[in-house]
Amino acid sequence: MSETIERPNAWSQWPDANGRFGEFGGRYVAETLMPLVLDLEKEYRAAKSDPAFREEFDWLLKHYVGRPSPMYFAERMTEHFGGAKIYFKRDELNHTGAHKINNCIGQVLLARRMGKTRIIAETGAGQHGVATATVCARFGLPCVVFMGKTDVERQKPNVFRMKLLGAEIVPVESGTGTLKDAMNEALRDWVTNVENTFYVIGTAAGPHPYPELVRDFQSVIGREAREQILEAEGRLPDAVVACIGGGSNAIGLFHPFLEDEGVKLIGVEAGGHGVETGQHAASLSGGEPGILHGNRTYLLQDKNGQIIDAHSISAGLDYPGIGPEHSFLHETGRAEYRTCTDEEALDAFKLCTKLEGIIPALEPAHALARVGDIAKELGKDGLIVMNLCGRGDKDIFSVAERLGVGI
Amino acid sequence: MTTERIQKTFAACAAENRAAFVGYLMASDPDPETSFECLMALVEAGVDVIELGAPFTDPMADGPAIQKAAIRALNAGGSLDATLGLAERFRSVNDSTPLIVMGYANPVHHMGYEAFAGRAEAAGIDGLITVDLPPEEDGPLRDALAARGIAAIRLATPTTTEQRMARIADGAGGFVYYVSVAGVTGAGTGSEDEIRVGVERARRLSRLPVAVGFGVRTPEQAATFARLADGVVVGSALVEEVRKATESGHIKSCVKGVSVVAKSLSNAIRSARA
Repeated sequence: MSETIERPNAWSQWPDANGRFGEFGGRYVAETLMPLVLDLEKEYRAAKSDPAFREEFDWLLKHYVGRPSPMYFAERMTEHFGGAKIYFKRDELNHTGAHKINNCIGQVLLARRMGKTRIIAETGAGQHGVATATVCARFGLPCVVFMGKTDVERQKPNVFRMKLLGAEIVPVESGTGTLKDAMNEALRDWVTNVENTFYVIGTAAGPHPYPELVRDFQSVIGREAREQILEAEGRLPDAVVACIGGGSNAIGLFHPFLEDEGVKLIGVEAGGHGVETGQHAASLSGGEPGILHGNRTYLLQDKNGQIIDAHSISAGLDYPGIGPEHSFLHETGRAEYRTCTDEEALDAFKLCTKLEGIIPALEPAHALARVGDIAKELGKDGLIVMNLCGRGDKDIFSVAERLGVGI
Repeated sequence: MTTERIQKTFAACAAENRAAFVGYLMASDPDPETSFECLMALVEAGVDVIELGAPFTDPMADGPAIQKAAIRALNAGGSLDATLGLAERFRSVNDSTPLIVMGYANPVHHMGYEAFAGRAEAAGIDGLITVDLPPEEDGPLRDALAARGIAAIRLATPTTTEQRMARIADGAGGFVYYVSVAGVTGAGTGSEDEIRVGVERARRLSRLPVAVGFGVRTPEQAATFARLADGVVVGSALVEEVRKATESGHIKSCVKGVSVVAKSLSNAIRSARA
């Protein structure tokens, strides 16, 4: 008389039919957009079960992006910290230099399937904008990228890249001219151009089904990592670690490990000048649940429910919210979230460059700073996989400025 | 019980064979005192229903005029709390004009739906429009409001199909706010034929009065919409008067500006069907 015990709340079966991860997620958009997000959900379900869609996605990831990305044993970092073995998942070697393109390919293929003829995107540091502009160039689609005015000024190389790729850049002056304002403006454009436009959201946030589909497209990271580490070490890691802005690289790494309850999932938020100073981008560590940009999730907000600007040395983490699935994993305790200050991230940036000959982006440098602690906590028998989700070429100017070096 | 004010007002306008004039201003814009004076000026100028914007840092359904109004209001100490305070003050001197609060979900969510409903009732608010709470998400707030007799007013848009309209109608209160064009507030307007179809569908399925808004700026446009719908909402054109006054340095002159614009719109709406 064996009884099949179905775990009713298996971690990986979220979101539910209403787009919720427990109490988080949902579809908090203006009525004009509701038919669009419902339609997108329907189309995504159809695409998900269409082998031809999967095949085209996989083909592009292999031949255009250069996947699978390597799993690299960071021997000198391991020695330096003197604890657990540290592996890097090398997503910084992807075409365009970060994990962002995995998602852009998936969404642009969806847009084509839906017959949409114009692509819009928001960007902070410019990595998602560059990746979107790249894929749009590849498919001959017009691309409009909304970017906060402040970010346009501090990310000039990426602005030029996007223009070379044929994208139109719209500097956003409303609000404080950063990523959240770019997202507001992209939503305003979308609500105005509902017929022909597809909005490629860059992180695992926004109204359902975006958090789900971005996660699914980024889960290639975790699937490869799981297979590669089993091959290299013959066992699962004790911890997988990733930095968190909106959280797309982290959820992509975490998701295929969700049911492996022996694997710790550790996200690292941007602590800016320190969470206690109020100048940070750590929504889970220093925020509370609220509603913004289509989803219910942890947000930085004041006592009146007004959104507070985030601060981070890394423009890619400079967002006052976080993907809803992370809020869920945080509240349920399945994942653990720590923070890393600007200073610590800079130190890790320099350390990795010197010891491994890899210039990391400032975003994964945040994760790296905590990997040292985790390696010590786990000890010599431990095994860690960290997603090195972007390369640092884009950051050399701001790092030089920060270090007082003229280039 | 307060939803009665909305019903009574639309019924009275219908009896006069005219559309109701719904006037929008942002609470605390340009400052709490002047904002109150502007509301009084609206009523004096012939506005039938007041829509009071609750300022939010990230108004993603609004065009530049209302975005800037929100920033002015926030800089002047505006908040949902201050919006409720202004409503209460207005209600203490005016017991008949319906008062609708329009805003975004987060400040209400942050205050707590029950707490908000209680305070809104005490302040004499008749309805709430929450731009980013579609029917799929407005259940808990709607229940809290219903228990206090406050209408959860829903939006219908040019992207709303027959099937979707039925969903919106099921649970809609007060009136249906028909968004004339796919876009943000203060932008262009949709075609007359499309609006007519949308308004008739909303009216048929909801059995509620239907007010048209978004992009109504001139008395001519207001008159056109007044022939199609049970109410006409004007926001950006009124809010622009506040901007002009603050930029000119004569902040108080917005009371007069709002009054002049509201009077011409009111005249147009009142004579539209004659």
